[in-house]
Amino acid sequence: MNLIISNNIEVPIYEQIKRKIKNAINTGELKETEALPSVRNLAKDLRISVLTVKRAYDELEQEGYIKTVQGKGSFVIPRNKELIKEEQIKIIEEHIDKIIKIAKITDISLEEIIDLFKFLYKED
Amino acid sequence: MENILEVQNLCKKYSGFELKNINMELPKGMIMGLIGENGAGKTTTIKSILNIINIDNGNIKILGLEMAKNEKKIKEDIGTVLDDSFLSEYLNITDINKIMKNIYKNWDETLYFKYIEQFKLPKDKIFREYSSGMKMKLKIAVALSHHPKLLILDEPTSGLDPVARNDILDIFQDFIQDEEHSILVSSHITSDLEHIADYIAFIDDGKLIFTKPKDELLENYGIAKCSEEEFKNIDKNDFIKYKKNRYEYDVLIENKSEFKRKYNIEIIDKTSIEEIMLIYIKGEK
Repeated sequence: MNLIISNNIEVPIYEQIKRKIKNAINTGELKETEALPSVRNLAKDLRISVLTVKRAYDELEQEGYIKTVQGKGSFVIPRNKELIKEEQIKIIEEHIDKIIKIAKITDISLEEIIDLFKFLYKED
Repeated sequence: MENILEVQNLCKKYSGFELKNINMELPKGMIMGLIGENGAGKTTTIKSILNIINIDNGNIKILGLEMAKNEKKIKEDIGTVLDDSFLSEYLNITDINKIMKNIYKNWDETLYFKYIEQFKLPKDKIFREYSSGMKMKLKIAVALSHHPKLLILDEPTSGLDPVARNDILDIFQDFIQDEEHSILVSSHITSDLEHIADYIAFIDDGKLIFTKPKDELLENYGIAKCSEEEFKNIDKNDFIKYKKNRYEYDVLIENKSEFKRKYNIEIIDKTSIEEIMLIYIKGEK
């Protein structure tokens, strides 16, 4: 897994770690049930404090991405496919919202947008 | 989390200097950085914890035992690095091994020579001929070779070049790969601690200003850069201290996001441990 963090941006380091791991899970780079590096190992490799990594892992656990087993380490939780789809639909909805707003400003009709959508969808 | 070290109401008075009511706790598996300017009381605190000097008041607990009553037993579990190594400058690596074998019950010869290899320390030279970096690495090798659970180090990185300092931080992070291990380390080079410390304890003029998780400090503290007008509008309770510069006021604040909500000040910089320390010491209220 690629885990590059920066000390010079506003985003806190624990948040950077969270984002990178989530991304790796969503893209399948980190597979279901795969083990994550141990908290202490990752702290050493990134030259950061143990508490920082612990916070990232704790929050990932709360959000249902990973599971930590005492004495064994942290693992990627097998994700419910329906749940992933729901999340993706939410993201699509947000984008469609933007499209609608732009269309209304410039008076582009629903038919025109649907045509455009079909055209681009086929081209892809 | 269980504490490996607890300091309660520690007081020590010298003529002209006083350590006042120091309280701190170090949880197992963590690194605590002790910061403060020279003469603030870092070394006195460490020597008090180690029972090297007699304290006037207070209680030190290490691994759940009272230091004053169990010093011999506790010291088997502590590795220390102090400014004075108490070792003759004319000893070499083998001599030191012989001496330490007789001091510590758990002295591990094999481990000691493994560290000597790992730190690339010359075997034929005497201590006196070592560079500062090598001297410090030897002291740390000695401190680690009786399988301590707690490392207590006074200024282990001062006077060392960035490469040697980096090596030493590596050694520390290797040491705490074991969750039972902890480190208390004093330093005035705050950037070293900014990376690896889990907690920061700040001592100024014999008083403990705070002990806090490092991330909390770096995330919440900030410096608001204000004009004189803007500064006059800030409630005294909303900042810690300020420093007046030629063109602006640097105002140290404890909670960036709350401050942003209350005041309309454009520039609120994130801060470093060094800046926090500077404004605390040099700033006004």
